[in-house]
Amino acid sequence: MTNAWVVATIVAVIAGVVGFFVVLRGSAFPAHAIPNGAFAGAAGASLIGVNTLFGLGLFSVLAALGIGALGRRGRHDVVTALALVVMLALGAFFLSQTTEYEPEIFSLLFGEVLGIASNEILPVAGLGVACLAAVAVLYRPLILSSVVPDIGEAKGVRGQRMEMAFLVVVALATTMTVPVVGALLIFSLMIGPPAAARSFTNKPPVAILLSVGIALATVWASIAISFVTDWPIGFFVGTLSALSYLVGRGWVAWRRTGVARTVRPDSPGPLTAC
Amino acid sequence: MHWVFESGFFSSHPVHVALFVGSVVAVVSAVVGVFTVMRGQSFAGHSLADVSTAGGSGAFLFNINPLFGFVLGGVFGAGAMEMMGVRRARGRDLATGIVLGAAIGLAALFLYLGATRSSTTGASQQILFGSIFEIDGSTVAIVTVFSVICLGIMAVVQRPLLLSSVSTDMAAARGVPVRVVGLLYMLALALAVGLSSLAIGAILSTALLIGPAAVALRFTKRIGRAIVAACLTGVGSVVLGVLLAYDSYDWNSRHAAWPVSFFIVVIIFFAYLATELPFVRTAATRRRDVDLAVPADGYR
Repeated sequence: MTNAWVVATIVAVIAGVVGFFVVLRGSAFPAHAIPNGAFAGAAGASLIGVNTLFGLGLFSVLAALGIGALGRRGRHDVVTALALVVMLALGAFFLSQTTEYEPEIFSLLFGEVLGIASNEILPVAGLGVACLAAVAVLYRPLILSSVVPDIGEAKGVRGQRMEMAFLVVVALATTMTVPVVGALLIFSLMIGPPAAARSFTNKPPVAILLSVGIALATVWASIAISFVTDWPIGFFVGTLSALSYLVGRGWVAWRRTGVARTVRPDSPGPLTAC
Repeated sequence: MHWVFESGFFSSHPVHVALFVGSVVAVVSAVVGVFTVMRGQSFAGHSLADVSTAGGSGAFLFNINPLFGFVLGGVFGAGAMEMMGVRRARGRDLATGIVLGAAIGLAALFLYLGATRSSTTGASQQILFGSIFEIDGSTVAIVTVFSVICLGIMAVVQRPLLLSSVSTDMAAARGVPVRVVGLLYMLALALAVGLSSLAIGAILSTALLIGPAAVALRFTKRIGRAIVAACLTGVGSVVLGVLLAYDSYDWNSRHAAWPVSFFIVVIIFFAYLATELPFVRTAATRRRDVDLAVPADGYR
């Protein structure tokens, strides 16, 4: 149980930080596709009998690089969709060749936070630190190229390279989080809390902190309720994330009407680059 | 000849059904998919497959016909996305993501409850990955009927939809009820995706929706031609994929056939990659007669 709390806390921090940029850049679709690709990697790893983490990492980075490279020309969303289905089809292929026990697959898709062993904490923590370090290094150019890509280009921030680097960060975050909350649910955690946080503030550092806070609350509450009810944690993560977003939207709507009444033109405008 | 067509391919009933349903779904997906790709709504198209899967697993839990689960799930999901949808593409993707996340959570719950209550093994895998070789007779009729309905909706909204996909403002200025048209299109999308995820699984649903349409739009920007080309690409890859999957049964001594979805997806993916090849690209651009101003680089 302690292991679950520790790992889930790391996951929430990473999802909150990386998710902020996912929302800022409008990369919800790649953030959904990459974990699904990672799932295929895990299936493949179990087929040939190597460490699952290795398969997860390899496939999620491959998915990220594929989306980044092919998305350069043509439509980003089309390429993401195709990369996603290819990865899933590979996963289906690997599964058809193994005799994997079904609950195993279910837990990869939907998460198995309560069954975490002590020796699984260290790799997750290591990848988490790597992820945070990457975000810290990329912080300023990433925000610049996300919010005002033209100014970013003028200052020498290559949009294409930034996109690649960012997708690899998402892949790293995915690798460490999939075994814990599952391929399908890490996505909710990367979208809901950061989107909610952005409804409350326009300042990036504050929004990141708030996003981490909401993600932590979501995950902790989910573990607790999941432990009590014995229902899958994924259900609570998904619902609470969506709920936090709706609260954020409600807050914005409520403030807008308040602003309209007092005629103060400080409605949440485009995020100011810091 | 039997090198290509393993014995029994033409007389096997599951193969007939797979080819028929696969082709019907491929045609419907291609018609809807051309608009999905043009409008940059691939994410919504894929999410609806997952959302309708959640509906399907709910129906499985409550012992009602999965078809209603799939279709209702898709329609509700589409409605929620459209309601929350912000007009800018970024906000729209976010709204799609939120609906998707909530739906996946629900699916997790339904599948868990289904597994603990009815002890039917393999349900979650069957619902998630589906198989074109395991379609029963009643599904065939229902898929056909709903496909006709879906194509009917598309035929009705086709012209105003095209206009509002190219330019919302222009369409509004010409008196097109943009929101109604958008809603009808989302309904058609939900029907198409729900049906195809029921019949052939969520993976193939997205592949057939996006892949053939994307390939077709690489070669022509004329809507009629694009639809025909997408239909041909879709049906072609389904037929080839079914054939290869049937043959793959004898590829290893264990007789573990490779999944159909794997073949079809890989064929579609290679078709798309082929359009990236330099000589194909130049051939495509030389004959490009632009009468559709599709945003060249998406909406990002």
